[in-house]
This record gives sequence, C-alpha cells and structure tokens, in this order.
Amino acid sequence: MTKISQTVGVGLFAFIALLGAAFAQDSLFKAHMWVLFAVLLIFSVAMIRRVSFAPVSTVSSEQRKSEYFDEVVRYGLIATVFWGVVGFLVGVVIALQLAFPHLNIEPWFNFGRMRPLHTSAVIFAFGGNALIMTSFYVVQRTSRVRLFGGDLAWFVFWGYQLFIVMAATGYLLGITQGREYAEPEWYVDLWLTVVWVAYLLTFLGTIMTRKETHIYVANWFYLSFIVTIAMLHLVNNAAVPVSFLGVKSYSAFSGVQDALTQWWYGHNAVGFFLTAGFLGMMYYFVPKQANRPVYSYRLSIIHFWALIFLYIWAGPHHLHYTALPDWAQTLGMVFSIMLWMPSWGGMINGLMTLSGAWDKIRTDPIIRMMVMAIAFYGMSTFEGPMMSIKTVNSLSHYTDWTIGHVHSGALGWVGMITFGAVYYLAPKLWGRERLYSLRLVNWHFWLATLGIVVYAAVMWVAGIQQGLMWREYDDQGFLVYSFAESVRAMFPYYVLRAVGGGMYLLGGLIMAWNVTMTILGHQRDEAPIGSAVPQLQPAE
Amino acid sequence: METYTMMRQFADSWGLLGFTLFFVGAIFFALRPGSKVTADEAASIPLKED
Repeated sequence: MTKISQTVGVGLFAFIALLGAAFAQDSLFKAHMWVLFAVLLIFSVAMIRRVSFAPVSTVSSEQRKSEYFDEVVRYGLIATVFWGVVGFLVGVVIALQLAFPHLNIEPWFNFGRMRPLHTSAVIFAFGGNALIMTSFYVVQRTSRVRLFGGDLAWFVFWGYQLFIVMAATGYLLGITQGREYAEPEWYVDLWLTVVWVAYLLTFLGTIMTRKETHIYVANWFYLSFIVTIAMLHLVNNAAVPVSFLGVKSYSAFSGVQDALTQWWYGHNAVGFFLTAGFLGMMYYFVPKQANRPVYSYRLSIIHFWALIFLYIWAGPHHLHYTALPDWAQTLGMVFSIMLWMPSWGGMINGLMTLSGAWDKIRTDPIIRMMVMAIAFYGMSTFEGPMMSIKTVNSLSHYTDWTIGHVHSGALGWVGMITFGAVYYLAPKLWGRERLYSLRLVNWHFWLATLGIVVYAAVMWVAGIQQGLMWREYDDQGFLVYSFAESVRAMFPYYVLRAVGGGMYLLGGLIMAWNVTMTILGHQRDEAPIGSAVPQLQPAE
Repeated sequence: METYTMMRQFADSWGLLGFTLFFVGAIFFALRPGSKVTADEAASIPLKED
C-alpha cells in the first residue's frame, strides 16, 4: 500500500524531470532527463495503482510497530541478486571486448562506457544493495528494535535504485566526470547525497532507539562505512557545474591535489565500502551460520579501530612515481603495510569463530562459502600491502596484476561473503524451512572459487609479463618492446580471464535460480550433503 | 602563516598526538581488566534470538 502524499511527491519529481528535459542546455542532459522522466513516470503509475484509500486501523499499525521491518530487506535481497548477475554479465562482456575488439559497439557499448557500467554495477549496485539490505536486517536483530523512520527505509531503497539507474544510463550516454568509481556527474551525486543522509538517519536512529545496551560490533563497522562514504563522496565530488541544466562540471581541485583527493576517495571506497561494510556482514552472519559467538570480541574491537585509523591514509599508494610529493607516497606505502596487521587480525577472528565447528565446512556449503570469503580477504589484504611497496609497484602499476588483485578481493571476499549472507537470509526472510537446494549452493561455490582462481592466476602472469615487457631495455638502452606488442601478448590471457569470469557468472545464475525457487517455496528433492559418512565403529 | 604550513604543523604535532592517544586509549579500553565479561555478553547478542 502506498500513501497519497508519497505518490504525489514522485509525480512532482517526474514533472521536474520533464522541465529539465525541456530547458536542458545540452543534448546529453536532455536525454538523461528524458530517462529520469520515463523511470519516474512508470514508478508513479505503479504507485497510483497501489494507493490505499482505506483508513489505517490503529490496531494493525500498533502491531506493525512491534515487528521487524523486513519487507524492505526482501526487496533488497532480490535487488542484490539481480544487480549481481547484471554486473557479472557486463564484466564478462568487457573482458571479451578486450580480447576481441570487434565486440565494441559504438557509441553506447564501447569498452570506455561499459567499464564504469561494470564497476558501478558490481560495487554500488550489487555490493551497495547487499550492504543496505544486510545492515537493515542486522541492525534490527542486534538492537532488538524495528527500523527507525518508518517509510524512510523505502525511500533509501528506491532512491538508491534510482541512483543506480541514473548512473548506469549516464555512462552509456557518455556522461562522466572521469573520476574512477565516482563517475556520475554532479546532479546524480547530489541525489545520492540525499539518499545517503536518509540511510544514515535510518541506521543511526535504529541504534539510538535500541533495546540492547551494547552496540554489537557489526553495527560499528556498518556505521563507519556509512559515515565515511558520506565524507568521501562529499569531498571527492566537490565540483562546480557549468550550468544547472547541463551535465558538465569542473572539480573544485586541480592538478596533483585533484589526483590525491580522487585516490583518497578511491582507496577508501575499497577500505570502507568493500571492506568495513562487508566485515560488518562477516561479524554477524558467520557467527549465525556457525551458531557460535565470534572468536574474540575484544580482537574485533581492536580490528575496528586499527582499520579505521590506518585505512584512511593508504590512498597515496595509487600515485607512486607521479607528481605527488615523495613524502606523501611513502606515507601511503607505510600505512598500507601497517594495514596488513588489522586485516589479518580480522581474518583470524573470522576463521577462528569456526573453532570447534570445523566439521561444518564438510556438511554446510554456506559455511564453506564464508570461509572461502575470509580466506580471500586474508589473501588480498596480504597482496595489497605488498603491491603498495614502491619497488613492487614499479613492476605492478598500470598492469593487469592490479586488476587481478582487485578481483581476488571483489570476487573472493565481497562476492563470497555476500553469497553466504544471501543464502542465509533467503529462507529466513520468506519463512521457508530451508533453501531450495544446498547442492546448488555447492555448485555455485565451486564455480565461483575455480572462476576466481583462473581469473587471478591469469592476471598475475599477464601483469608480470606486461610489467617486464614495458621495462625491458637492450644493451643500447632502447626499449625492446613497443606498447602494442605488449597488448598483443595479452590475447591468450584475456580469453582465459573471460573464461574465469564466465564461470563466476554461471555461479551467479545458479544462485539466482536457487533463490527464486526458495522464494516461490519449492524444495528440491536431494540427498543431504555429507550424509554418506562412514559410521564410526566401536573397537573390537 | 600560509594555510598549508599552518595545517601541516598542526597535523604533525597536536593532530598526531591526539590521534595516537585516542587509538592507544581505545585499545587499552578494549583490553582493560574486567572487559572480558562485557565482551562475552556483547558477543552473544546475535545468538540470543532470531
């Protein structure tokens, strides 16, 4: 049921978009406003059809206040799975575009426009929805109170989807600020700011009204993610638009300050979006699935503060051997290396939560997924500090090794822990006894794991080969290889990478099928995993 | 004084000291005697109900 005021609000917003299209200063803004108008018009019609004129009965609204607000989490779970599959698919497409350039379809489906579509789809659409959805679920359970703000959570959910649609269509139209992971232009940034403030209010309000004395550590991680992303987003996107009815804007910073602001943002997007938020997920869902408390709660507190204090300084390692002053590069490197300690503290804490329940790895594919996620967290947080060392970076920078590193973190850590949470939540949220199929989870696990292994291993070889080819001198002091030769040498690796990504996508499709069937209430008739254990025989 | 120099001096002195003290304090607070009981209580929050 929707309320009339909300429906009118969306209708007005659609009208403003129409005005934007009518008075646009450039053709791109006009096209983008038409997209916005179409989306909002469809949404308004959908809302009008659901408007309820019946008076709200006080009994039912009182009853609702005592329950957890899970409907928005259900929508979030579906959005997570949907955007996940879309993001993986676009990833496979751009991997194939690199191997077979003819697949670049001008102008909308060029690699240059598809690449931010992929990164934003997996990070912000898949990862962001997973974070919003699980944070809403976890904060209610661990605070023992209904989500604060009533329909504000719906605004956060739908507002965030609108941000995704506007960002994605903008990239394909060719609208970009040219800042990695912050490509949307000023007006989409402003919209995200509004949504994010609503998110912060909902989350913080729930914590403030909690019925549990202690704030559970998962909520600390979630809150640090929300607050830090707000700060990063505001500073990095500080820009002056050329016209209030045009797409183009200019950054408030220039030169090396601009570059450092961007990578302060870029690395902390990794640190707080892809790490802190998902650690919140780890600290709730791993104990739940293993049915044991976290190994050391005090270690988790130290993990939190150490991560917060160190991560924020690591950004300059993206600018080694550039115009950035040497001291800043060294600072970034040193803090990156120090980060290794809290990261591994957290990894140990996550893994050791299973101590005494290690047998579950054999029988529970969801636990298996979570353990693999934590293992990849450990691996990529070891690789990252190593790559931030200047001498290593001089070989690895600008090569595909970096891409491999990012994907072992993103596919391995972020993806796997999200899949674990999705599989945990699906039967719970829809009141099903169990998932449609645990054996399909197992298939997903192996396809994803092997896909990542293929992807990461291929990118290591490709990256190191690239780095060595670029620095190869002959005895006369001339470069041995031209850049084009190093591109050509990448062909087999690019094909193999698409294979690894394809396996990961297939795993994602299996998850979508499994979750859909669970929601619809089906159960696959199958033998339980690990049932064929030989019975222990008493000694004779 | 130039804004950069001023901020840089602050960051190198009081800012650094403040951050360090807060960080060390947070760790000591987490490990203070008697924190084990509260920590165990907090750790059991997610397992209490569904």
